[in-house]
Amino acid sequence: MTGKSQVCSVWVGSETGILKGVSLAKKQAFNFCELNSLSRDQEVCVLCWGDAQETEVLVGCANGAVKTFSTEKGIFTGSRQCGDSTQAKFTGLAVTDSSLVTCVESGLMKIWKEGSTDTVEINAGGSVCRMRQNPSQLHHVATGGKQNPVKVWDLERPDTPIFAAKNVRNDWLDLRVPEWVRDLAFLPDSEKIVTCTGHHQVRVYDPASPQRRPVIEAQFGEYPLTALSLPSTPGSVVVGNTQGQVAVLDLRKGLVRGCLKGLAGAVRGLQCHPSLPLVASCGLDRFLRVHSLEDRTLQHKVYLKSRLNCVLLSSRDLEACPPEADAEQEVKEEDGAGDEVWDTMETVMEKNKKRRIDEKADSVGKKTSTKRRKAVKK
Amino acid sequence: MDSEVQSELQDTNKKQKKKMKNEKIRKKLNQEAVEKSVVKESENPNTQPETSFPPTFSVSEIKNKQRRHFMFTKYKQEKRKEKLTLKKKRKKERETLGDAAPPKPVPKTIENQRIYDETTVDPEDEEVAFDEGTDEFSAYFNKLTNPKVLITTSDRPRGRTVRFCEQLATVIPNAHVYYRRGLALKMVIPQCIARDFTFLMVINEDRKVPNGLVLCHLPDGPTAHFKVSSVRLRKEMKRRGKDPTEHSPEVILNNFTTRLGHSIGRVFAALFPHDPQFVGRQVATFHNQRDFIFFRFHRYIFKNEKRVGIQELGPRFTLKLRSLQKGTFDSKFGEYEWVHKRHEMDSRRRKFHL
Repeated sequence: MTGKSQVCSVWVGSETGILKGVSLAKKQAFNFCELNSLSRDQEVCVLCWGDAQETEVLVGCANGAVKTFSTEKGIFTGSRQCGDSTQAKFTGLAVTDSSLVTCVESGLMKIWKEGSTDTVEINAGGSVCRMRQNPSQLHHVATGGKQNPVKVWDLERPDTPIFAAKNVRNDWLDLRVPEWVRDLAFLPDSEKIVTCTGHHQVRVYDPASPQRRPVIEAQFGEYPLTALSLPSTPGSVVVGNTQGQVAVLDLRKGLVRGCLKGLAGAVRGLQCHPSLPLVASCGLDRFLRVHSLEDRTLQHKVYLKSRLNCVLLSSRDLEACPPEADAEQEVKEEDGAGDEVWDTMETVMEKNKKRRIDEKADSVGKKTSTKRRKAVKK
Repeated sequence: MDSEVQSELQDTNKKQKKKMKNEKIRKKLNQEAVEKSVVKESENPNTQPETSFPPTFSVSEIKNKQRRHFMFTKYKQEKRKEKLTLKKKRKKERETLGDAAPPKPVPKTIENQRIYDETTVDPEDEEVAFDEGTDEFSAYFNKLTNPKVLITTSDRPRGRTVRFCEQLATVIPNAHVYYRRGLALKMVIPQCIARDFTFLMVINEDRKVPNGLVLCHLPDGPTAHFKVSSVRLRKEMKRRGKDPTEHSPEVILNNFTTRLGHSIGRVFAALFPHDPQFVGRQVATFHNQRDFIFFRFHRYIFKNEKRVGIQELGPRFTLKLRSLQKGTFDSKFGEYEWVHKRHEMDSRRRKFHL
């Protein structure tokens, strides 16, 4: 079990409540759960890394439990009840220095301090679809949902949001434009926020500017956008919709740079690799797909048997063989072994030589006799 | 060792004998052919086509059209004759060999050359079994609910569509046909749920011809959208039996092997009541072949212990899956589990999805 979990570089949460680890180098997938205790209320809603070293995965289940999975040991090491099954599903999970932040669909955001039972509660408004953390400033989180504009919260001052977006102007019939933020992300090295909406818009908000309305607005397709992710190279965003269309949009003018093909069903989870030009997508078609962002080709495709909800990539090279530690250990053991090893090596070399000679003997007749004698002498 | 070698030798001898026989036959044939050829063209008496190269000649080089046509027909006839002789020869060989004849080669079809689908369901797979055991149809398959189907059409149905609906209602027990009255499906669905319907079936028509079928499982999905083609109503069928009785039919689902196919098969299975009434001797068949689902409705009879007679009752039609959507019908905001994308998915003819 331990070996399995160390090999895995992609983690996927499924609708059946199974945490799946996928090793792209070995082209294998593993289930991390007991198959006899499966149930639908353990459905994995969110995944996030528990620490910076990526040794722990936090799994947010639909029944309100947040489980800790250790990637080194390959088992669930802890579980914490962060809500009831009566409450709605998790929409976001974040870890700050000493606390855990959870957010559910009803808009109730809670901060769980380590070692104490009392929590700080923030009401982010009704029907929140997604809560995300700012990777550069860990105490900033953003929320957004249906009829619930983007709000940025400072977890140290939870009373009022530090930024609340304003809806766009009324349309040409002077009617209110509906809001539905489905996913959002912080642009690195700035305070800007990218959102994608259920009305197929991609919007960029800039809290630093005095304007509370979106700075850039782009549209993609005609179906609700469900997921979004930021690649390592700035200036673009990857979005996916309910029909399995995934596109890379340029954030300067809001044009489509290119589409990623091959998906058959709705996208539920998208994540770009933090350093490499790769994007992993999963969704209702039960496949995990990894596309290259450079030439937009499909790199990997893994069938995982259940509908998938969320995907989490490790920051190391996805295809590199991770168990280097094991290899080193083996080398050391060999060093310690001594004479026996050397003996075996010698014999192996002789055998090889003989074989080569034999092969030559078939092709060239005369030379073999002398060479054979030499080999015997040796 | 020696004995083995001997036996081997004997074997080879036998083989040689056989070969000799075959060769004799061949020689005879050759001689005959040679005689014919000699009669035809007396240039090649040695019968060694390998060594002497005849000057190249093709019919298309003849300039006279009439002559060219004549030569071409002749050439065609010769080729046909050759083919027939070869066929006869092979048949003869097969007869002489008897049981030892090599098995006939299986013809290649795009179905048996199908690209392996990794989602093909293994019946012992626990995870898939769990997934299927707890999906939206689990209530039906655990015999907690009885199917009740509402059949309606697109707005203002005309011609064949109306009759098609009526005939479908005789095939599916506990089905109710309602006039659409211009209602939106999203308005109809909550009312259906309130009245304990388990399926909503909408037949779409284009220029009086039914061309689409939406099958929406209630109360919480999934929704499948099919293309309907080659609808044959009862009146248009030859040698059909008397009208079907009200017994609940047996259901046959053929070839639904992949994960998507399983989901679709479950949709069809859940349309019919659990326990078929065998007294009615009626069978509804959903046969999947190359992603087309063929529907047939039969009555059978056991003539004796070996023979069964069947009689088609109609209607018959063909379905092709366009999309499978999670949840009840919502084409704008619904999440699709599978969408048929023609340009991406139909690039290979040997790839099938169901």
